[in-house]
Amino acid sequence: MTVHTQPMNRIQNAFQQDKKLLNIYFTAGYPELNSTVPVLKALADAGADLIEIGMPFSDPLADGPVIQASSTVALHNGMNMRVLFGQLAGIRATVPDTPILLMGYLNPVMQFGVENFCCEAAAAGVDGVILPDLPLDDYVAEYQDIFRRHNLRPVFLITPQTAPERIRRIDELTDSFLYLVSGPGTTGGANTQAAGVQDAYFQRIEDMQLRNPRLIGFGISDKQSFASACRYAEGAIIGSALIKALEGADDAPAAAAAFVSSIIQ
Amino acid sequence: MTTTPTYQQPTERGYYGQFGGAFIPEMLYPNVEELRQQYLDIMAEPAFQQEYQQLLRDYVGRPTPLFEAKRLSAKYNTRVFLKREDLCHTGAHKVNNTVGQILLARRLGKTRIIAETGAGQHGVATATVCALMGMECIVYMGEVDMERQKPNVYRMRLLGAEVRPASSGSKTLKDATNEAIRDWISNPVDTHYIIGSVVGPHPYPDLVARLQAVISEEMRKQLLEKTGSELPQFVVACVGGGSNAAGAFYHFLEDPEVQLVAVEAAGHGVHSGHSAATSVLGKPGIIHGSRTLLMQDEDGQITEPYSLSAGLDYPGIGPLHAFLADAGRARFLSVTDDDALKAVIECSRLEGIIPALETAHALAVLDRIGAGPDDVVVVNLSGRGDKDLETYIQQDLM
Repeated sequence: MTVHTQPMNRIQNAFQQDKKLLNIYFTAGYPELNSTVPVLKALADAGADLIEIGMPFSDPLADGPVIQASSTVALHNGMNMRVLFGQLAGIRATVPDTPILLMGYLNPVMQFGVENFCCEAAAAGVDGVILPDLPLDDYVAEYQDIFRRHNLRPVFLITPQTAPERIRRIDELTDSFLYLVSGPGTTGGANTQAAGVQDAYFQRIEDMQLRNPRLIGFGISDKQSFASACRYAEGAIIGSALIKALEGADDAPAAAAAFVSSIIQ
Repeated sequence: MTTTPTYQQPTERGYYGQFGGAFIPEMLYPNVEELRQQYLDIMAEPAFQQEYQQLLRDYVGRPTPLFEAKRLSAKYNTRVFLKREDLCHTGAHKVNNTVGQILLARRLGKTRIIAETGAGQHGVATATVCALMGMECIVYMGEVDMERQKPNVYRMRLLGAEVRPASSGSKTLKDATNEAIRDWISNPVDTHYIIGSVVGPHPYPDLVARLQAVISEEMRKQLLEKTGSELPQFVVACVGGGSNAAGAFYHFLEDPEVQLVAVEAAGHGVHSGHSAATSVLGKPGIIHGSRTLLMQDEDGQITEPYSLSAGLDYPGIGPLHAFLADAGRARFLSVTDDDALKAVIECSRLEGIIPALETAHALAVLDRIGAGPDDVVVVNLSGRGDKDLETYIQQDLM
């Protein structure tokens, strides 16, 4: 087994805190092309513990209608990888400690060039990357060395159907956190599972005594669902509900800050 | 153990050369993995084969005829044969695949079927086998396609399927496929996704190619009877995702003397900005879980293809076809809307067969492939034109 001897990064530091963590996802370039940095800063200042910046894609298979629509708007606004890295240059002067992850789909990263992408991300001070359609075997064969060289942590998803041995393998492949998908469905869906079924799944994962901390995502939308997810994990991830709060807001950063307050206060 | 690499057989991880694989989110992994582990074993079971062959014969109406088209032959000064997939039950080759996959789904214990459809032929073929087997059926179809293929929407509903409009993106086949994949993510346990073409994550391209391979298997026997040789000089088929072409090429892939011709939709012209000629306009990328040639902008965003035909406007091609194009094993040509419509009239008037608009793209290259008087050219007549009548009326073909 590989022994990881990478330097600590901001993601691991965040999990040292003795509290439940709120991870917020938002789409880069939404609602306006230049909203990215003001929204990011507002989220961090309001108390988001980790922030995922969505890299918009034309065909986001794992996303529900809200994030799809925000991606369409962002692309229409002119967002792309080059623009995003331009916006993020110098971000660590204003958001020094909050872990920042980039989340998106593989094709735009491939076209940008994986090495190029990791180099730019690391230079901007990004800590982790979530690419849901990147297969584990491909990650190990083609991406792992590049990620490590740039001290970027991959985050992998786990679902109620993920087999135990696969969960163990995922747990070995990163030093960040495990993204527990709460139940069947795309992002932003209503959680229709019986509570007992979901509790049993979270409990089963907890009982595995994994190396990495866990954050629960998909279908978490408010203070109540955040609190209930936190019973089984070190925190939770909210995306679609934040995007909804930004939709049509006169002042997107203020709306982002108010949303974070509504969850943690 | 060493195996000779072939065009037919992808690697264990589903690669044809650099194309293929399974680029799927974790939510789909258990389903796709279950299918990957079981499809070859299930398809090899004698009971499966018996049921499949019996349905192909008694329900689909196979073998389909290989018809020597004498008036087309005279016009193009070569020997043209038409493989009459238009005579399959439901009017196109698509049912070969759905019959096989519904049997597979039942053996996997699935009770709910989803599908995507472009022209509606795959949707109808799926709704048909679901009715036959008494299974719930949901078909995703782009809003634009629902409008231009109304009779097929009605046929699906008559067969008991629910047709759900895909209203994102270009509102065509690509978007219907996205919606079907999202449905599968939301219903991972009881649902089987019957993909209609040789696209998607491994094992779908191989699974669908194997189920369509009956087309070329029959061609070889029929050619031996009619021409004295199993091998023609040319096999011609249209390509959207590429299922009928995969079926028509399959048993000739390892016979290099057979020229394989794949015909894509050029729409208003390959470089007009309104085209679906993926092999010319695409570059390697990932669409619907597969690494293949794909129409995209420089940022890796998938672009919207165009063709008058609803079955060919897909921004990718199956990974097998990307490999055949890359390796030079198949020759890729493209045909505009206008030339396809001319081929519709020609085939109707010369042979008394009204072809589907997709199929007409294949018929439109007979003067471009370089076939001589003694050459045998097989065109896969993948579907009949009834579904396109409204388009033909609007285009004022008379």
